[in-house]
Amino acid sequence: MLKTHFLTPYLYLFPAAALLLFTFGYPLASVFYFSMHRIRGVSGPFIGFENFLQVFKDTTFHMAAAHNLQLLIAVPIMTAIALLIAVLLHERVSGWETYRTILFAPYILAIPVVGIVFNNILQLNGILNESLRSIGLRFLAGDWLGSADLALWSVMGVIIWREVGFGIVLFQASLLSLNEELQDAAKIDGAGWWQRLFYVTIPQLRDVIEFFVVVSVITMLAWVFGFVFVMTKGGPGNATQIMELYIFNFAFRSSLPGIASAVAVILFLITLVLIIPLFRVHSQSNEGRNS
Amino acid sequence: MKNRLFHHHFHWTSAFKHLALLFASFTVLFPVYFMLITAFKTRQGYSLNKFNFPNPITLENFDIALRNGRFFLWFSNTVILSVGAVLFSTLTAVLAAYALARMRKFAGQTMMQTINTALMVIPPVVMIIPMFILLTRLKLIGTYPGAILVYAGLVTPFSIYMLTNFFRSIPMEIIESALIDGASTFQVLVQIILPLAAPAIVTLVVVNTLWVWNDLLTALVLLNKDELRTLMVGITLFGSRYNSEVPVSMAGMLLASLPMLILYLFGQRFFIQGLVAGAVKG
Repeated sequence: MLKTHFLTPYLYLFPAAALLLFTFGYPLASVFYFSMHRIRGVSGPFIGFENFLQVFKDTTFHMAAAHNLQLLIAVPIMTAIALLIAVLLHERVSGWETYRTILFAPYILAIPVVGIVFNNILQLNGILNESLRSIGLRFLAGDWLGSADLALWSVMGVIIWREVGFGIVLFQASLLSLNEELQDAAKIDGAGWWQRLFYVTIPQLRDVIEFFVVVSVITMLAWVFGFVFVMTKGGPGNATQIMELYIFNFAFRSSLPGIASAVAVILFLITLVLIIPLFRVHSQSNEGRNS
Repeated sequence: MKNRLFHHHFHWTSAFKHLALLFASFTVLFPVYFMLITAFKTRQGYSLNKFNFPNPITLENFDIALRNGRFFLWFSNTVILSVGAVLFSTLTAVLAAYALARMRKFAGQTMMQTINTALMVIPPVVMIIPMFILLTRLKLIGTYPGAILVYAGLVTPFSIYMLTNFFRSIPMEIIESALIDGASTFQVLVQIILPLAAPAIVTLVVVNTLWVWNDLLTALVLLNKDELRTLMVGITLFGSRYNSEVPVSMAGMLLASLPMLILYLFGQRFFIQGLVAGAVKG
């Protein structure tokens, strides 16, 4: 370690700390403040938990929260797909690099682009329904975004389509750093492909799978605004209403930032609870590095 | 190595593996293919056949898109925003990471790192309301400096995290020999550490640019003026305006995607390394 004057580290940290206070520190503190005030414009009287009570009574919020919970179904699906594909790529199937380039590409495409392209594909007379009709699966064709029963599932499919690439490269990179001896030993012992996947690979990847699951859960609860805003704006009716859109609408459409801040506080607290397991993972890895 | 020998012989598992990967690739490529072919179709051509290659090929959709959408303006707005935010974030993060990774233990070091790691996953939607009110009070709403500051702040936790990990991997002996030669703390950073960290910094710049480039919510709230719209906000409006003219809409989406797709095809490893860096132990 560099032996510096005792103030030097603080000097180097100062710009970043000031920036973080500006973008995270102050806003996080004031979102709690706003959530307990009846804000008109930029300030208002203290009203305790009134905003939270309002939110908990609002059926639109119930729907929004339920939809975010429903989106969590995507997490195990994404994890399974990403794991399977990462393992296949790791086995150096011929052309694996090309496959990886293709499979990661959606993650580079912007969410509005993805949303608008899928909006057209999923139209009632869009290419998906036409394909289904032309191969004799007419009964599967549906109003993917226009029907209240289907819309959220369609949005979920699009989210999976774009986000799964991150899981693939993440798992594949982690596989590279694994000890191959265990795999070889399992092979010699006659373990089949699936057995090796479940009893060797997945346990070895535990930490990074946990990381991916936590990050994906946070994404599904609080980081899918772009998809919904571009594809459905919460509709039809409230069929794809989600908490982020609820915040956005209350803050910037209905000008009720107090109510919106209460939901923001709820999302913040959920995120905090969810990242606790990540710290366990990180502290373990730090110990590993220092020893 | 043993694996590779095995795969020269055809067997069923190998066929299934290819089948799975081909199916996944098809699912990924199909929407991209749809965007590509549709962008070159006439309106009539599209309604007659959605699957085939465009025949006749037309460039009219691009013409309409460019005349009615302000793609060049949105593009340059996004470039200004991304360059400003990424530059600012990288500068502050380099200094902070140097202190966290390579200076002697100081009070608050662990706390700073813990908070920083936590901030990486806080969704921006949580901060958006106070941010809007704060920038309004500071008269920075609807200005580049305001938005650049916010974006720089939002990507900085990841920048610090990644650079701290990277700086830790630089052997202490290299730094010590520079110190013996009489280099100051700052000279060690500029002359020794930064050159070694160049690939890591490129990776970081790529990932952060992608983040700022693709963000919708923050730009929608903080840059809500016609002349300041980013590419993402612009194409979102463009998409809803042309939602009944699919070929024009697809031409617009193709135009908007080209810069990042080209960067990706040439600098793929930076994208992949950078996005993985947040999770895999450095």
